[in-house]
Amino acid sequence: MISTHLPALQIILPLLAAPLCVILRNGTLTYWFAVVVAWLAFAVSALLLQEVNAIGVIAYKLGGWAPPWGIEYRIDLLNAYVLLIVSAIGALTVSYAKPSVDQEIGGDRGYLFYTAFLLCLAGLLGVTITGDAFNIFVFLEISSLSSYALIAMGRDRRALIASYRYLVFGTIGATFFLIGVGLLYQMTGTLNIADLGERVAAVGPNRTITVAFGFMAVGLAVKAALFPVHAWLPNAYAYAPSVATIFLAATATKVSIYVLIRTYFTIFHHDFSFGVMALGDIFMVFAVLAMLAGSAIAIFQTDIKRMLAYSSVAQIGYMVLGVSMATVLGLTGGMLHLFNHALIKGALFMAMGCVFYRTGSVSIESMRGLAARMPWTMAAFVAGGMSLIGVPLTVGFVSKWYLLLAAMEQNLWWILVFLIIASLMAIIYVWRVVEAAYFMPSSAGAPTDIQEAPMAMLVPMWVMVLANFYFGIDTKLSVGVATRAAKFLLGDAS
Amino acid sequence: MSAPDLMLLALVIPLIGAVTIVLFGKIPNLREAATLVTAVSLFAVALNLLPVVADGGRPDLNLIEVLPGLELRFTLEPLGMLFALIASGLWIVNSIYSIGYMRAKKESNQTRFYVCFALAIFGAMGVALAGNMFTLFICYEVLTITTYPLVTHAGTPEAMRSGRTYLGLLLGSSIGLQLAAIIGTWYLTGTLDFRDGGVFAGHVQGPVIGLLLFLYVYGIGKAALMPIHRWLPAAMVAPTPVSALLHAVAVVKAGVFTVLKVIVYLFGSDFLRESGYGDWLAYIAGATVLTASLIAMTKDNLKARLAYSTVSQLSYIILGAALFTPLGAIGGAMHIAMHALGKITLFFCAGAIYVASGKTQISDMHGIGRVMPFTLFAFFIGSLSVIGLPPMGGSWSKYFIAMGALESGQIVFVAVLMISSLLNIAYLLPIVARGFFSPPSDEIGSGNVAATKIKEAPLLCVAPLCLTAFGCIVLFFYADPLYRLLAPIGGG
Repeated sequence: MISTHLPALQIILPLLAAPLCVILRNGTLTYWFAVVVAWLAFAVSALLLQEVNAIGVIAYKLGGWAPPWGIEYRIDLLNAYVLLIVSAIGALTVSYAKPSVDQEIGGDRGYLFYTAFLLCLAGLLGVTITGDAFNIFVFLEISSLSSYALIAMGRDRRALIASYRYLVFGTIGATFFLIGVGLLYQMTGTLNIADLGERVAAVGPNRTITVAFGFMAVGLAVKAALFPVHAWLPNAYAYAPSVATIFLAATATKVSIYVLIRTYFTIFHHDFSFGVMALGDIFMVFAVLAMLAGSAIAIFQTDIKRMLAYSSVAQIGYMVLGVSMATVLGLTGGMLHLFNHALIKGALFMAMGCVFYRTGSVSIESMRGLAARMPWTMAAFVAGGMSLIGVPLTVGFVSKWYLLLAAMEQNLWWILVFLIIASLMAIIYVWRVVEAAYFMPSSAGAPTDIQEAPMAMLVPMWVMVLANFYFGIDTKLSVGVATRAAKFLLGDAS
Repeated sequence: MSAPDLMLLALVIPLIGAVTIVLFGKIPNLREAATLVTAVSLFAVALNLLPVVADGGRPDLNLIEVLPGLELRFTLEPLGMLFALIASGLWIVNSIYSIGYMRAKKESNQTRFYVCFALAIFGAMGVALAGNMFTLFICYEVLTITTYPLVTHAGTPEAMRSGRTYLGLLLGSSIGLQLAAIIGTWYLTGTLDFRDGGVFAGHVQGPVIGLLLFLYVYGIGKAALMPIHRWLPAAMVAPTPVSALLHAVAVVKAGVFTVLKVIVYLFGSDFLRESGYGDWLAYIAGATVLTASLIAMTKDNLKARLAYSTVSQLSYIILGAALFTPLGAIGGAMHIAMHALGKITLFFCAGAIYVASGKTQISDMHGIGRVMPFTLFAFFIGSLSVIGLPPMGGSWSKYFIAMGALESGQIVFVAVLMISSLLNIAYLLPIVARGFFSPPSDEIGSGNVAATKIKEAPLLCVAPLCLTAFGCIVLFFYADPLYRLLAPIGGG
């Protein structure tokens, strides 16, 4: 019986658990409660993926109201895959959270963190699962508002400004998206995505549709932090509490890219988006600029969390690059990077969380000589860094390989060159940290009593690191699902 | 045990060795015993594989398929067999030498040193056994990264600077150029497997062949073809055992080995000769041979001189391969072995002199042979082998490369070889002459109190270098088995 209501459960679980956290109040209690809820959400999304794999698209009528009037949750391979990513990262992150949250936010206010975290999780899952365009906006706002709160909990006062800036950007992005949805509703009279897909094509490309197309493109680019509208991201990631950074970096922008894919492949047909409107050409240029500029700026950062944030700007470029090609290989590469980058950045930011927990700083100075004191943490950073660079046998290689294949398939040789240059720049910025940690003596004023991070943090971090290698070697799940999802989106039945 | 199992063992043994070394990190004697046991068992495994390959077997070990068509796969063929034998065999000798050297110098971080060494050998084994370019590339990078801590072992600002040159050039070239070439190969042919006769025939024609060859030979920075040879002199800041095994044998030979593999098994010598787009390579290699020899003459630091000599000698091998004739390829491959023994001897001697006297500059080594006769005599033998004079092994490989040059009708390269031999004489033998015949400098001279302090290096340093010097002579008389092992790569 429960299995038919899995889609609703996916959202209701974290959404209802969030206010319960406020009632529970006790830091330790809420932690365990959040852990249980997050893992349950993960179990639900795993079951959903399995079901989609077996029987195909699941359409769930919320409250029994038939679409297009009622809200429909519609799960195909694409969003089942994204649900799995978000819930898996959520579960691992919250398992890791306790020591870090206790220290950075304080045990007595910890429940607020878990509340915001679960709300954010519910929002992100909701954006992904829903089959209704307006509902996307609602969940987008739930996740955004809770993430502003999460970021503002950072100890550094600059976190407040970073959060405010994100709020301004995020609101503009979401509003633009909403304007687009409104215009589409005006033309078609429906908000259901599947329904929109048919009717937009039937209405044909008139000016209103084109304007909606433009508003949504800009709005989603802001939400996804695509260069050059990425300005909210670096500070937000740098000054947020460690755990919030891990979760947001690994999921929030990914979900925006999911919405982007959904909008331009399902609502607007890909022939229209990439053929008539030439969205691919525009996004491809910005994607390549993001790859190069993000990596270049990352090289010069002294705060490692900021460095990783700029690296994220570059990695978002990779994902958008794959999407912008609008071919099976390109889309596969982009979606693979969605999955893979979540694992990579999750592992790297977890390592930084451990470093911050012990040393109270994530500047390159404080990394000096740290490998001797925190061997497991720094080893995790090295492994994550290798994956970020794209060393074979890690996940980073798999997605880059598909992007390369896609670029070659279309004879885009210049993209090949830029992909390689961006990888070389990744080596430089990862190497700076490795060199400081492994080959430099600790700085004179550094505390001498630094120990390895507690097991409660090490274990989830290493699960994440090993996943980087596991999915780099056994690529059946990620590549298989991404390929089939790409074919599904492009209407390629083969 | 079947041959693929043995191959797996050859890859796993160095890894187990590394773990054991870490476990015994606090007990130096056990730790060094672990290194030696690992080295000996690895060599034994390699020896057991030899008959299989000599009989024409090509054992194949397919570990996993990472992505469709991209396999982690190992296939053993004569070239790889030769490289595996040299790397594992000399690792034993070098380990003995390392123990003598590191203890005499009381170096710090010795556990890290031995662990990285074992991991580097793992990388070298992977390169030797790799069955496709994808696998080879991974192992090539393992070798680059694991040798970095060895280069910067001293931890001084100078070592760090050199380390950055080392890593920057090797990683930059391999990712910027080699990887691009690999992707191009995949795109054009749909495979990265090594096959007899190459994979390009029928897929590519025109200048693209030349471009790909360019990307490969300069992407394989470890082959130190000029102008990307700078990392090799930079690496000389490492402790001498590292320079000896890694920067005269494992790392650089992995580079030229890869070049050989690419030319013989990816392009196919015949294909390159017929296309005519690879002819420039022999000229660049010839120019590197001569230029590097000339630079070597200007270096007063013994290790720097040997490093430039290595750059020059590596290009012999590339030259041999770039002649695109069977004899040239065989000569080049043979030179991997001959030069390995000769050059490791020279480096061992340089290290022994440094341990015994603290001297690094050639101009300070007057009369050093009178107090260190064994060392300097071994240096003499190693020099003769590098120069290519009988009765040393080095003469055979030069002979085959010269024959290859004649076979291809390019007499100019015979001249290059001859001139280079003369240059080798000019920069190597004066060291020996000065050591034996010129009057000792004050410090070494019998009148000085300090004189009594300089004597032969510890036995653990001297014995290995005598052994490798002896090996140079042995290879002269037993070159035939080597030739027969390598004959298949000439297509004969």
